Amino acid sequence: MNLMPITIYSLATAAVFTSFVVVTLGGAVMAVVARRLVRSVCGLALSFLGLAGLYYFLHSPFLALMQMLIYVGAICITIMFAMMLTDPQDQPIRRGRRLLLEAASLLVAGLLAAGLITLLDRSTWMTTSAPSHGDTLPELGRVLLFRYGFAFELISVVLLLAILGALVVARSGRRSPS
Amino acid sequence: MNFIHWSEQLNVYLVIGALLFAIGFFGFFRHRTLVGMLISGELILAGAALNFMAFGHFQGANSVTGQTFALFIMGIAAAEAAIVLSIMIAVYRHYRSIETRDLKDLEG
Repeated sequence: MNLMPITIYSLATAAVFTSFVVVTLGGAVMAVVARRLVRSVCGLALSFLGLAGLYYFLHSPFLALMQMLIYVGAICITIMFAMMLTDPQDQPIRRGRRLLLEAASLLVAGLLAAGLITLLDRSTWMTTSAPSHGDTLPELGRVLLFRYGFAFELISVVLLLAILGALVVARSGRRSPS
Repeated sequence: MNFIHWSEQLNVYLVIGALLFAIGFFGFFRHRTLVGMLISGELILAGAALNFMAFGHFQGANSVTGQTFALFIMGIAAAEAAIVLSIMIAVYRHYRSIETRDLKDLEG
């Protein structure tokens, strides 16, 4: 193989992409099969990190940044806090029943994945345009303010209500220290 | 399908999204605590968001629709996580446990 600079470049790109894919799927598997919940959260953070890399490959660095900021930075830390507050114990339950349950859920998930992948393999998507490679961030801001402006405002209302509801739900039943 | 050009193919991203969805689905049944179920739900949402991003990039009429939907999914997921965590704290205060098999009483 003639190692032109362009070949080296595309090989390196493919290697980085593959490592992101491996991190995403490996982190997801780790989040699901880990016995301790702390490791589950670490796997989740790893998976989101890989997903941010995949977003970068889809030419949207802004979404990659948001993924790191919101998911890795906020949601994983919040889950960690909730775990510290609630102290979930991982006690093993009866062995035989658990194995049966895991085998059944693995079977269902495997069937789901196989079905989805065959469906993807068989379908042909119609192409409307060539993938864009330019800077899409200004256009994203414009679209959020004009075409999807109403949905954007609704999301902020939903977030406000969620915060208020979370405060109310978490506060109810709390005894005063006296 | 060439290995080098995997990062420029729609189906690769769709397969990753499907696998994330299936892994999250598996975890939803496997975990026995509410925290584990929340983590699996986040994985399912991530798979859906990756699908939106991939379709928006490769097939979209304009380049930002997929990104907008992924941003909306992030917002909804953040709201969902906040509410689930507060419910978890309330449930723990009531039952002293957040394992799903302990939450059997309907009467509060």
